[in-house]
Amino acid sequence: MSAITRDEVAHLARLSRLALTDDELDHYATQLDAIIEAVAKVAEVAAEDVPPSSHALPLTNVFRADEVRQCLTPEQALSGAPAVEDDRFRVPRILGEEA
Amino acid sequence: MTMVYDEALDRFEPVLGLETHVELGTRSKMFCGCKTTFGAPPNTQVCPTCLAFPGSLPVANAAAIESTIRIGLALNCSIAEWCRFARKNYFYPDMPKNYQISQYDEPLCFDGYVDVEVEGQTVRIEIERVHLEEDTGKSTHVGGATGRIHGADYSIVDYNRAGIPLVEIVTKPIPGTDRLAPEVAKAYVTELREIMRSLGVSDVRMEEGSLRCDVNVSLMPRGSSEWGTRTETKNVNSLRSVERAVRSEIERQAAVLADGGKIIQETRHFHEDTGTTTSGRSKEEAQDYRYFPEPDLVPIAPDTAWVAELKAALPELPSVRRKRLQAEWGLSDLDMQAMHNADAIDLVEATVAAGAPAADARKWWMGELARRANETGAALADLPISPAQIARVTELVASGALNDKLAREVLEGVLAGEGTPDEVVDKRGLQIVSDEGELLAIIDQVLAGNADAAEKVRSGKIAAAGALVGGVMKASRGKADAARARQLILEKLGVSE
Amino acid sequence: MSLIRKTAAELGSMIAGGEVSAVEVAEAHLDRMAEVEPKVQAFLHIDRETTLEQARAVDARLRAGEKLGPLAGVPIAHKDIFTTRDMPTTAASKILEGWRPPYDATVTARLREAGLVFLGKTNLDEFAMGSSTENSAYQVTRNPWDLTKIPGGSSGGSSAAVAAYEAPLSTGTDTGGSIRQPASVTGIVGMKPTYGGSSRYGLIAFASSLDTPGPFARNVLDAALLHEAFSGHDPMDSTSIDAPVPSVVEAAKNPDIAGMRIGVVKEFAGEGYQAGVLARYHEAVQLLESLGAKVVEVSCPSFTTALPAYYLIAPSECSSNLARFDAMRYGLRVGDDGTRSAEEVMALTRAAGFGAEVKRRIMLGTYALSSGYYDAYYGQAQKVRTVISREFEAAYQQVDVLVSPTTPTTAFGIGERADDPIAMYLADLCTIPSNLAGNAAMSVPVGLADEDNLPVGLQIMAPVLADDRCYRVGAAVEKALESRWGGPLLKEAPSL
Repeated sequence: MSAITRDEVAHLARLSRLALTDDELDHYATQLDAIIEAVAKVAEVAAEDVPPSSHALPLTNVFRADEVRQCLTPEQALSGAPAVEDDRFRVPRILGEEA
Repeated sequence: MTMVYDEALDRFEPVLGLETHVELGTRSKMFCGCKTTFGAPPNTQVCPTCLAFPGSLPVANAAAIESTIRIGLALNCSIAEWCRFARKNYFYPDMPKNYQISQYDEPLCFDGYVDVEVEGQTVRIEIERVHLEEDTGKSTHVGGATGRIHGADYSIVDYNRAGIPLVEIVTKPIPGTDRLAPEVAKAYVTELREIMRSLGVSDVRMEEGSLRCDVNVSLMPRGSSEWGTRTETKNVNSLRSVERAVRSEIERQAAVLADGGKIIQETRHFHEDTGTTTSGRSKEEAQDYRYFPEPDLVPIAPDTAWVAELKAALPELPSVRRKRLQAEWGLSDLDMQAMHNADAIDLVEATVAAGAPAADARKWWMGELARRANETGAALADLPISPAQIARVTELVASGALNDKLAREVLEGVLAGEGTPDEVVDKRGLQIVSDEGELLAIIDQVLAGNADAAEKVRSGKIAAAGALVGGVMKASRGKADAARARQLILEKLGVSE
Repeated sequence: MSLIRKTAAELGSMIAGGEVSAVEVAEAHLDRMAEVEPKVQAFLHIDRETTLEQARAVDARLRAGEKLGPLAGVPIAHKDIFTTRDMPTTAASKILEGWRPPYDATVTARLREAGLVFLGKTNLDEFAMGSSTENSAYQVTRNPWDLTKIPGGSSGGSSAAVAAYEAPLSTGTDTGGSIRQPASVTGIVGMKPTYGGSSRYGLIAFASSLDTPGPFARNVLDAALLHEAFSGHDPMDSTSIDAPVPSVVEAAKNPDIAGMRIGVVKEFAGEGYQAGVLARYHEAVQLLESLGAKVVEVSCPSFTTALPAYYLIAPSECSSNLARFDAMRYGLRVGDDGTRSAEEVMALTRAAGFGAEVKRRIMLGTYALSSGYYDAYYGQAQKVRTVISREFEAAYQQVDVLVSPTTPTTAFGIGERADDPIAMYLADLCTIPSNLAGNAAMSVPVGLADEDNLPVGLQIMAPVLADDRCYRVGAAVEKALESRWGGPLLKEAPSL
């Protein structure tokens, strides 16, 4: 049995905001299935009582003082924007909740 | 169809939950050094980090961490010995990274409570967690009829607000409030606001969005112990709206349930204009935020000695302070509650500190000034008069230089921008008539014009003196000292009390 | 001897001594680039005038008596994953084509400060995801030893530029081996410093808990000089270590390893390893012993699980890190015809702007973090990470450094593994454990494999903040082999 179905791949693509064609979905389903099977080997390590590591090193409490630093100018901030209006980033209409 | 509130409450019991977001008043943002000034021109308070430019990294603001711990302590929370930030992943154009740095299963503060007073009852609201996250940018929707998101042609985004530190305070479910649910919700948010103010961590202005509230409501049939499906109402932007949103959602849910319908777990939006909620977009699929520990930030492990220091240095909390002041001022619960509701406690306290007797200070703020504020729709604190000026007016009354009527005129003058109380007294000539010669002349004039009344008094009907005193006050345009005038009238007429 | 054959240390002292100007040195390298780039294709961005301007500025600073570091005026090729104010930064992705960042990465800024001169931005696997540089959206970089072979990846442009004598130095980033593996297959020195020893600020993130900037050079001392030039604490990077940089230059100059304890990782040899690689590796271990080191075999059984753990952790982090490429604030925007929603435009842009490997990893990471799968995949991978760190710690109780082959094979052919992601991932088998544990690790050339005459690298691993041990051992190996070979392994790029 495969580890991941084509529908699941379609769901992942939606969650990841990737508009994939049907052919791509088929292709990725096959590849992801093989990769997931390979990486499932992590389960072989008995690690029940082992704490997970989210970081490479055990650093803690790295903070900055509450000090203001130089901001970008609006020109710099907007310099790479695909579309601009009134010193704001212009974006296509937003579906979804009213914030 | 909605059901009226009383009927809804006859059949169902509400369970509340409140999620409150407080924008911290730090100088710089949560993860970068950009300014946080409200209302700055668009995209002038942004940098690579808060715009999520490739390669940029967050560094946590120490003051925000400290403020969050202080909030947690003020809400009687335990402080985590070790916790991490987490990424909450979802795409939205006003969120530059398309993930929000937040906290997930390891909040900085947890398991606290806050007590609120509603109609003489103390209700304990249990706090589940207090955590730290970052705010989003602000979209303006262009085109379409409403200026709302639906039907807009496109949007324009300002990221000045993106990355401002946001503390989220989440209650545990609150059962048992019964008919008082709306009032409890409002009292809780009011109390939070005061706690934030006393801590000095936020300016908590709901109208500027620095205090925002999401209200969860579910209903269960009376006699049942199984909680119903809850809805989450967003966009609740004033204390009054908190109350109205709870009430409206109880009524709506009750109607749905009474008709045999089902409550859908959803996000709803509160509308100030109608006082009702409407459904948010039903999501095509359940959100999966894929939380995981934020690898760009290292864990927070607050030093226990430091936390103890912060705890010891907490200011007197508003509820404790209210109890103390109530005792000092000798007020009833009801009077104190009224002052609390009117946001007058700070003002009265400051007036007392400036030398006024508590009773006088309260009388002016809760009387004349409350009336004026009500007329103009202003908050008491925003009236153009200071506690020190009120204290001066009470001093003038106590010294006999003003009576109550004149004092009201003085206040009116100050509110009208005519200057300090003393300046108003001078300019308007409001000094009480204390020159006996002038007063006696007025009395003679009044007695001459009211021979009947004078005769009645002479014959022993002392009550008739009132009309004569009134005449003197009128003739002096209120500037006479009424008590002294009465004394002189009786002397002149040869009677004594 | 022409300027391009000099070491960075030599060029630095020649420039400091006024023997040659930074401009002359830059011109020599720009000329070399003009000559060989059509074959090698190491660079994504070259701008002769900007480079010469920088060189002139360094010459002026030196003339003005400014005290600059030992590499002042030395040219460098910069991986196109570090932001640069005066050059485009693309991470070899279409989604960032033409993007000019308004800020410099910390590594960039420190190199400028130290007076290094940027020759251009080098090619890489898109967003550093790959082991061959074939995943670049722009061009395929060739291995100077054999133009039909890959130069390694993801920092393949940087390794090729140095191996082709286009630059004496280059920068790289190492997430799962992206410096050491390219160094190994192009016969040069590559170092992955301790995680947090070099700043990630301005490094376009692939996997935040693993990404580490590091140096490439043709010899150990040059790598150490570059390492020192850009490393050290950076308050802009929360994961940066607030400790002095280990004295790597000192170590590179003192290659005495007598009495040092060296552990041979038992799991990294044998089946699946190319015979020629193993032959050179075993010789190198014998060489270390002959230099007075005490060699012992060390078993780290969980190291074989590092690869699957990595292919859960890195994609998970990347799925989140790359979410910012959404067509809203910068970069490519596709399909915005006035009717489509932001959601649709995001999805079309990301589909068009990301290459196949990037999409594969984003989806894999999204999967590993999804509710219902998190514990079995990402969560378990993080536990394996802990187990691997503990095995390293236990090993370092017995030995000062660990060694292994850098890669199981020499450079493979272009296109050979392009359609088989799992085969491609095996290139990083030996390098990944050090990334998971945050340790320091280096690759130094130890000869050519008999069967294909392609370079073999020795990996030297050391504990956190013991980067100097890598340099000490690396320099010892280099010195002994050079006296055996009568000069450096890479006397010239053979195919050019």
